[in-house]
Amino acid sequence: MTVKTLSELLECTCIAGHGGLERTVTGGYVGDFLSWVMGHAEENSAWITVMGNINAVAVALLADVSCIILCDGAHLDEDARRRADENNIPVLASSKPAFALALALGKALGL
Amino acid sequence: MSSSSVQPIVQLYEVPGNDFTRAGEASSKVKGILKKLGYDPDAIRRVSIAMYEGEINMVIHANGGIARVEIFPDRVEILLSDQGPGIADVEKAMEEGYSTAPDEVRALGFGAGMGLPNMKKCCDEFRIDTAIGKGTDVYMIIRVRGSKS
Repeated sequence: MTVKTLSELLECTCIAGHGGLERTVTGGYVGDFLSWVMGHAEENSAWITVMGNINAVAVALLADVSCIILCDGAHLDEDARRRADENNIPVLASSKPAFALALALGKALGL
Repeated sequence: MSSSSVQPIVQLYEVPGNDFTRAGEASSKVKGILKKLGYDPDAIRRVSIAMYEGEINMVIHANGGIARVEIFPDRVEILLSDQGPGIADVEKAMEEGYSTAPDEVRALGFGAGMGLPNMKKCCDEFRIDTAIGKGTDVYMIIRVRGSKS
């Protein structure tokens, strides 16, 4: 499934990194501690978090996750937005909590 | 000819101290080079993660440092060198969940105590040389799996 399709199914709004919307999503990860995410998130995961800073974008890039889903209406910093645009890391915004998004992601992926 | 006699591509990066907005630049550049060279994605990911964690450590604890990266056909060797305070208890620092990072760093999402364990997990060889008041060298080798070492 593409990030774009996932974004529509989860009723998210893409707020940065539109160039990466055709990337494939095959799984998910939920977490806010960046090293934890680096150590455990699998490649091509949709990463659900409240971390909207520039380091989160760096982690997404280096750990090869497909997109960042900012849950609970979490804020995306301006420098993070720029970095996400430069590197085509889609950032999807949602007002829903992490648990609801993880459930919806699992359903969308048929897991 | 064995691959060990091949001249590596050498990259040198300065990691700025206390600047979290620039942390990750060196790892991103190395990742870009390895991608262009067509390296195995698993090796690229391990290099990226190990190097980023190392960069962050130098930013948080050592007021920056130097990253020297040597890219061979079958492996990537990384030396992270800083002149920070040194690590008082390396064994403790290697434990998952142990961290001496200050609260403001935790607020950014770091300081989970997973940095060094993550680095070690990504590497085929991992060594720390540290001296209190002098600094720390972290030496890492990541081999391309399936290649002859």
